[in-house]
Amino acid sequence: MLLVFVEDVQDELSQQALTFAQRLNGEVRTVTITGTYAPAAWARSIVQAIAESGPSAVLAPGTDRGNEVLAHVAAELDQPLAANCVAAALGEPATVTRVRWGGSLLEEARMHGSPVLLTVAPHAIAADPAAAGAEVEVLQTQPDGSPAVAERIAAASAGVSLADADVVVSGGRGVGSAEGFAVIEELAELLDAAVGCSRAVTSAGWRPHSDQVGQTGTKISPEIYIACGISGATQHMAGCKGAKKLLAINPDGEASIFQSADYGVIGDLHEVVPAISAEVRKVRGA
Amino acid sequence: MNILVCVKRVPLTGGKIVLTDDERAISTKHLGFTVSPHEECGAEEAVRIVEHHGGSSTVLTLGPPEAEEQLRDMMAIGVDRAIHLVTDGGEWDPQATASAIVDAIRAEADSYDLILFGNESADAGNYQVAIRVAHALGLPCVTGVKGISVEGRSVRLEQELPSGRDIYVVPLPAVVTVKEGLNLPRYPSVPGRLRAKRKPLEASTPARPEPRLEMLKLVVPPGSGKQVEVLGHGAEAAPAVVAVLGELGLI
Repeated sequence: MLLVFVEDVQDELSQQALTFAQRLNGEVRTVTITGTYAPAAWARSIVQAIAESGPSAVLAPGTDRGNEVLAHVAAELDQPLAANCVAAALGEPATVTRVRWGGSLLEEARMHGSPVLLTVAPHAIAADPAAAGAEVEVLQTQPDGSPAVAERIAAASAGVSLADADVVVSGGRGVGSAEGFAVIEELAELLDAAVGCSRAVTSAGWRPHSDQVGQTGTKISPEIYIACGISGATQHMAGCKGAKKLLAINPDGEASIFQSADYGVIGDLHEVVPAISAEVRKVRGA
Repeated sequence: MNILVCVKRVPLTGGKIVLTDDERAISTKHLGFTVSPHEECGAEEAVRIVEHHGGSSTVLTLGPPEAEEQLRDMMAIGVDRAIHLVTDGGEWDPQATASAIVDAIRAEADSYDLILFGNESADAGNYQVAIRVAHALGLPCVTGVKGISVEGRSVRLEQELPSGRDIYVVPLPAVVTVKEGLNLPRYPSVPGRLRAKRKPLEASTPARPEPRLEMLKLVVPPGSGKQVEVLGHGAEAAPAVVAVLGELGLI
């Protein structure tokens, strides 16, 4: 029997984790916890459920909360935890394949412990449509003085959110300065797109971190990603591999970003991007 | 405020990851090294908190002898002293890492008010060392923080969510993991680098227990297999780009 902790069974990543578990073993007990988020207290409830039903493995989605709650479970039980797995085989010992470097590298590992604790990397598999209808048991938690969310502040909505945008236009080191982003912003506005950037740009202070696309920034999944003056370091590609199409504009035809691109323009973004904006206006005006 | 920040030496990967012949590490022959991005913000935050509230900051790493470079880098931006848990460069799993860090913290004469980690390391991304350390020390732990304000003997912490922010208020001492975006780390100055050379660094060599999450090998995932369609060179490519955008219904 496997125990799966889901945040919300209506959520796609929770459904993926549930589907992953069902493929490992047909007998799955699905649990969730509601109310104020308190990771250590929630983990204690899961430890209790583990003691009751003796699962061979415990799974959760590889989200911030899934990883956090299962890490508390692992610490409490002093058992190993494999975060963000894309594959697993429950044997003695269990073996897993897990994500490193935000997906740029995979690790094959053996786990020495019981129960096997793992989280499922987002989008490692597609969710079974039936997962949304799974029976979910709500575990009770007791406030135990461990950290809990004290207050939630809603975001002020402003413009197109980077994570949800259908089109993203990003600039990298090649933009050269904060002012240089004017051409990127102009094209983004014409295309109703969000503006993004690479880590080099936020480290230089040209753009706020909230604009960063990357392993330590925002993960995006637009219909098309237009990357201007970005070389294609693994740190950046980890944030944009969800893009359906990638158009790269770079003066260096050998830049590694072209290996992941669908379309490429070889040239200086300061010439190419304004020319695209002008062409968009011309075509629309016609 | 007595603050500890834990960092990890990681290679500065470029566009393509190449593995060593035994497939157990990244070939770093042509690569530089850095600390994981989240942790760099942790070190900057430790320095800022000490600047505002007084006290002392310490940076700790578990890593090969060469990781002294990262400890000196963090001292160059203002961290006061360093602890180096020296390894032979082999893989330490999260439980072994946490246990060595806990031993090092317990061996210190003074206790820490705040213990900072990155939310996850850039390379292994195990998401758990800080939580294991907090459990072992019986301290509260909040992860993924992008805002820290010390208010007397407690700390107010902000997590960013797609829908807003979650606020935690926890008593000190506490363990906190941070994410990049918490602050903009300063570049080390030349005088900072010179001072860092003279700052105290204590090294010890912990024994590595048997791994319980045992890395067998690394695999470079297959590439996208995409063949780029070059639309042109320079400004002359604009009509071809707009044709592509048109096909996607954007014009």
